[in-house]
Amino acid sequence: MVKFNKLKLGIFIACWLPLLWLLLDIILDNLGGNAVQAVHIRLGDWSLRFLCMVLAITPIQTMTNWRGMAEYRRMFGLFTFFYATLHLLAYLVLDHFLVWPIIATDILESSYIWFGIAAYLIVLALAVTTPKWVIKLMGKDWKKLHRFIYLAAGAAIMHYFWQLKGNLAEPLFYLLVIILLLGFRVLVSFKNRVVSRLMLPKGRR
Amino acid sequence: MIIKTKKTIPASEITDPYVFKERRKIIKALLALTAMGSGIVPVLADNKPRWTNLPESSFSADLMTTPSEIIENYTNYYEFSYNKHDSTKLAQQLATDPWSVEISGEVEKSGTYFLEDILRQQTLQEHIYRFRCVEAWSMVIPWVGFALGDLLRKAQPLSTAKFVKFTSVYRPEVMPRQKQNNMLEWPYSEGLRIDEAMHPLTLLAVGMYGDTMPKQNGAPLRLVVPWKYGFKSIKAIVKIELLKKAPTTSWNKFAPGEYGFYANVNPNVPHPRWSQNSERLLGSGFFTPRRETELFNGYGEQVAGLYKDMNLRHFF
Repeated sequence: MVKFNKLKLGIFIACWLPLLWLLLDIILDNLGGNAVQAVHIRLGDWSLRFLCMVLAITPIQTMTNWRGMAEYRRMFGLFTFFYATLHLLAYLVLDHFLVWPIIATDILESSYIWFGIAAYLIVLALAVTTPKWVIKLMGKDWKKLHRFIYLAAGAAIMHYFWQLKGNLAEPLFYLLVIILLLGFRVLVSFKNRVVSRLMLPKGRR
Repeated sequence: MIIKTKKTIPASEITDPYVFKERRKIIKALLALTAMGSGIVPVLADNKPRWTNLPESSFSADLMTTPSEIIENYTNYYEFSYNKHDSTKLAQQLATDPWSVEISGEVEKSGTYFLEDILRQQTLQEHIYRFRCVEAWSMVIPWVGFALGDLLRKAQPLSTAKFVKFTSVYRPEVMPRQKQNNMLEWPYSEGLRIDEAMHPLTLLAVGMYGDTMPKQNGAPLRLVVPWKYGFKSIKAIVKIELLKKAPTTSWNKFAPGEYGFYANVNPNVPHPRWSQNSERLLGSGFFTPRRETELFNGYGEQVAGLYKDMNLRHFF
């Protein structure tokens, strides 16, 4: 039990490292000519990476039969929300310094931002429904709501694709990861359905 | 014709170069300290600029220029890489001496000329221009160059010359994206209408900050059209053709709905996927709001007349 807690603490600390690394790069002026954009991209990348980690938990659990991973899913989910929030704040404060008229025009005219907003709103809804009492309160709806994470992942990747000029290698990589993770879950649920059908005697399938 | 620009950037918009350099010095000192431990000694070169006391162009605006470290390390050069850092590094492999440029098409005197011979006939000036990328960032660059029109006039364009096509160098052996035939149609090509090409704001640049053009910035010869998005300002030019009809251009061919032939900087015409209403002026620090993009990048007084009967939304 003690071992388990140590692992959890270690992972928790590791989740802060991307932020620490970013702060260090800011202090050392390592972010190049467009530091504002670099901060922005870094935070966006990390929210997408945490999102992928969230989605990887269930497949790993299925393959390894290691229970208790739901705790990590929750932690990674909250860090997804954390980095996505910093990403949003970097846009509003660091880049735009809260000049709302320019922000409004920018958002209205930039369709790639709409996908980002959609992804963020979903992640926000999932984050606020994290507390155990909310889970209890929501019952079956909680699971239904939290399936929207795949939609958030899709929107986040579109947000990435939609702002590039043609070099699509990086978002394609994330797209592949998410297709694999979703595909795994679809396959498992298909297998379960087939198996339970086969367990019934012929004629009643 | 002397046309003065009156637009200036409020000094508050830009990092004071002094502050910028001081910050760099502190960081370099720190790095040097760490490097000493590892046995690496930083080399401090004392390079004198190639040109001193160049006459200032009458179009030069009274703007604070973007630090050269930024200009030299933040470049799009897709022949080398899609990544700005890598393209700076890889571009160093491009041999730029000797260099010759072909001038042909609808002209009395076509021919291929060594760049030095071209330069011998031109008066170089410093031109401090705004540079606005389609990616919504901008710089202020002190180019060294001469008016393209001065070169074209020497070739004596025929009355049938309505457009100018520019072609970049094709060197797949040092340009990985050309070798892989990736993305754009290579060699990179761009075009201007003849009146745009003859406009005194339009430059052929051979340097910046009083020195030879860094390779990643388009050495040895590049176009500068300050009222258009940066991708129009083609690098490493080897051919200039005067044509009867509008040429196809690399970005326009790649995505005609996104990158028009004109590509005039226009805050009112967004790119299909992002706004062009504001821009990040590089060198400005954190918590500095974006700059509001100006129509024709602030050169409307000089160039708006070229487009007076045109629907800029249609001809974007």
